[in-house]
Amino acid sequence: MPIAEKRLILKNLDEPGYTADIECYIKHGGYESLKKAVKIPSAGLINEVKVSGLRGRGGAGFGCGVKWSFIPPASNKPILLICNADESEPGTFKDRQIIYKDPHQLVEGMIIACLAVKAHLGYIYIRGEFPGGAKILERAIAEARQKGFLGKSVMGSGFGLEIFVHRGAGAYICGEETGLIESIEGKRPNPRIKPPYFPAVLGLYHCPTIVNNVETLCAVKHIIAMGGSEYARLGRPNNTGTRVYCVSGDVVKPGYYEFEVGRITLGELIYDVCGGIRNGNRLKAVIPGGSSAKILKAGERYKIKEKMPTGSVFEREIGLEDIVMDFDSLAAVGSMAGSAGVIVMDHTRDMVAALANLNAFYAHESCGQCTPCREGSLWMQKITSRIMRGDGREGDTDLLKSVADNIAGRTICAFGEACSWPTQSFVTKFREEFLAKTGAAKEKNSEEGSL
Amino acid sequence: MSTPVAKSRESTIVQIDGTWVSVPSGINAIEAARMQGKEVPHFCYHPKLQVAGNCRMCLIEVGLPKSGTDKKPILGADGFPEIGWSPRPQIGCATVVTEGMAFRTDSPALREARKGVMEFLLANHPLDCPICDQAGECRLQEHASDHGQASGRFAEDKVKKPKRVPIGPRVMLDNERCVLCSRCIRFMRDVANDDCLGFVSRGSHTCLTTHPARQLESNYSLNTVDICPVGALTSQDFRFKMRVWFLKETPSICVSCGTGCNTIIGSREGKIYRQTPRNNEHVNQCWMCDDGRLNFKDLHSPDRVLTPTVRVRGEVFKTDWEDGFAQIAKLIKDIKPSEIAIVASARMTNEELFITKKIMGVLGRDTVTADIVPRQQKADHLLVCSDGNPNSRGARLLGVSQNGVRLPTITGGINAGKYKAVFCFREDLSAIGVTPEALASIPLLVVTGMIRTPTVEAATFFFPGAGFAEKSGTMINVRDRLQRLNSAIPIPSGACDDWLILAKILKAVGGECPESFDALFGQMVQSVQAFGGLSWADIGSGGVPLHLE
Repeated sequence: MPIAEKRLILKNLDEPGYTADIECYIKHGGYESLKKAVKIPSAGLINEVKVSGLRGRGGAGFGCGVKWSFIPPASNKPILLICNADESEPGTFKDRQIIYKDPHQLVEGMIIACLAVKAHLGYIYIRGEFPGGAKILERAIAEARQKGFLGKSVMGSGFGLEIFVHRGAGAYICGEETGLIESIEGKRPNPRIKPPYFPAVLGLYHCPTIVNNVETLCAVKHIIAMGGSEYARLGRPNNTGTRVYCVSGDVVKPGYYEFEVGRITLGELIYDVCGGIRNGNRLKAVIPGGSSAKILKAGERYKIKEKMPTGSVFEREIGLEDIVMDFDSLAAVGSMAGSAGVIVMDHTRDMVAALANLNAFYAHESCGQCTPCREGSLWMQKITSRIMRGDGREGDTDLLKSVADNIAGRTICAFGEACSWPTQSFVTKFREEFLAKTGAAKEKNSEEGSL
Repeated sequence: MSTPVAKSRESTIVQIDGTWVSVPSGINAIEAARMQGKEVPHFCYHPKLQVAGNCRMCLIEVGLPKSGTDKKPILGADGFPEIGWSPRPQIGCATVVTEGMAFRTDSPALREARKGVMEFLLANHPLDCPICDQAGECRLQEHASDHGQASGRFAEDKVKKPKRVPIGPRVMLDNERCVLCSRCIRFMRDVANDDCLGFVSRGSHTCLTTHPARQLESNYSLNTVDICPVGALTSQDFRFKMRVWFLKETPSICVSCGTGCNTIIGSREGKIYRQTPRNNEHVNQCWMCDDGRLNFKDLHSPDRVLTPTVRVRGEVFKTDWEDGFAQIAKLIKDIKPSEIAIVASARMTNEELFITKKIMGVLGRDTVTADIVPRQQKADHLLVCSDGNPNSRGARLLGVSQNGVRLPTITGGINAGKYKAVFCFREDLSAIGVTPEALASIPLLVVTGMIRTPTVEAATFFFPGAGFAEKSGTMINVRDRLQRLNSAIPIPSGACDDWLILAKILKAVGGECPESFDALFGQMVQSVQAFGGLSWADIGSGGVPLHLE
């Protein structure tokens, strides 16, 4: 019996006859949360989001209400809010559904967020590869403006707000919030150094800036609709609400599914929801949170600590299928919930080829600003591509790991980790496959082959 | 270790490699460490530029004081706060010191991190040190030696990038050597006010280039060569001329305008190869304009005259120094002070001007007409000043200059045939309005100089002097700073130090002059009140401010 989806964000967008028009959205109860929100003072809105326990859906999982409260209270600069719609993490395709099919949900969530942080100007930074999405959002904003949800006085509240769509030019690094900010400013999207450039203090045009993911902003709408404490009852403590999981790869029914956070395990997601591994193949590995997340290997055992309601902690061993799909559990097994892009690989997959593919992506997308990522990502790509060409050398496996180790933790932005975690985890967990293509084992293999 | 550390509002107490010290507030960890004699290696950080934080070489371990439940720092047995160390290394350039902060500039983990960064920087670097102009003064070489490893593990094809790109009239770019530190970009944008450089492409393929339809042609372009930590930007004038380790470095000052930028003259075996800025916070920080920097070619010009000459009946002959002075002594006797004019130069040193003033006195008290040639020019936003002379203040202080007010009287007088004797020191009369006919008909024209000019050719007696880099002396810049000019290379055979020539002229006209430069300097600082009797050593390499009116 498959576990039932809890469709909050995805509630309407796949219903027959549901369109991106504002009329359709309003007919389905749209902008009711905004009506409620304009009557709540800013501090009250922030408090609802804090109480909800909402964690960012972009990848880092940072507390949304906490982030909002980082804005310096005494700042006399305008406060800005940016919706990060630069969805580019391989394996992630949730924001796209929202933008294309239910844009007003995002616009409403964004207006409420702007009310909460007192931002009179908002930007939706949408990836360059979504030209249709940009048009849909432009239209949605125009419609919302016409209805008085945007403009000089949002719903007659006297609060002025304009939202603009800014299209990216096709670079993964623009999803990094400070790179995104540089991009809006018309510069190369080189991520900024933190300190001092924490966006909430020194963001877009050096003004306090909040950057939230599409899904996060949509969740804000539902938090206001149902109340923060009610939202917090969804999911698990510290992992509240619902999440849209994007499952791709070797499953029977890939797609996007919304569940309460942590109310489903990886095994249930793969086998019950997605119909298991396709072609009757066996599960080999899962990347659970977008391509940057460390890979999980079928058959691995993890020791995790669980806290009982009584407060006592006990340790237990679980398998890959038992991993609860929430922020804390995935972190506990050494990976991350990330963007909730779940990439499933079956036993036919060549892990060296898979890593070569990922490394090519990261080498292409490294902005080139800081040394370890710039040089390391290309180096790793060159090694894995060379191995795939059949030129693997003895020592390549350890070299790959060492190069990755020299990147992580030493870069300006999290791209350093994003590009080194795949290599670190692939090489460690599938070492035999790498050894088989490099060095002594490879020679042995080819000799046998030639007989 | 637990010695009390002085604390004031302008200072911050930090722990550096285990020792608590007081450092100025607001500085970063690199500077704080430097003050303790510790070097944190870096490429992109430059004290005069905005922090970029991109090279990742200056990684340090940073800790902050642990605080208790009362939010007050927990103190250890030594009375200093206990430190909670950050698990990740931080970049020193962007780590501004705060009260109680601790950092380590060296640890096994940091050595590993630096080794890693060096390996990355060298992975796609061409390693062409033998033919690279930067070799010997290259941060990549130095840090590879101190923080790198003996052998590389990079066995892939290197990234190919544009090489030998003349990105401006004076700067050559080799993109393969570039470590993408962005110092040049930040300098041109923030200091030179000419935002003309930027990066294109991404990842390891990133290249430095000029903005579309732009060139790196600012008068400050060569500073990018100075601050480039590697051999990516080289000077088209200097490249391949001399290995830098052969250069003798002489601290001196630039004489191209009244700013008096502090310089290092790089020379070998009597030849100047380059001039680079020398840091002086009171004058030029660490910058210099291209015009001033390249203004040393005259010294090695084929037009330089290297023999004293005499002009007899329109023909120029080589002469003997002493013979020349003896004849001046004979001829000057019959000329009245009102028939004598002196055109001196505010490019002369104080010592030379001091003797010039004595010559004026001996020839006719204050009745001799004398002045300097002013050089007004357009100032820029940074260093080039509106006074094109390096020592206008000195010429004024020493009583030789009337700020050019008398110059029209002098040139008019020469053109009218009024003067029987004209002394022209280091200037060209033809350039200030004296006609060729008038120039040729001055009965006694005594000239010092270096390069062949109409005035040199018309001189009754010409005495070849020294170039700015061949002599010592002092000058006063437009901000009344007394600075030293130091001899970097010997005066070529056939020429003579200008103070000696002037001393001989002074003697020839009947005056007295000290026999040595030291004695001359001593007499000058004693007799001119503004100098207050300071010594040559007092001036130091950075100069001293004078209090002039």
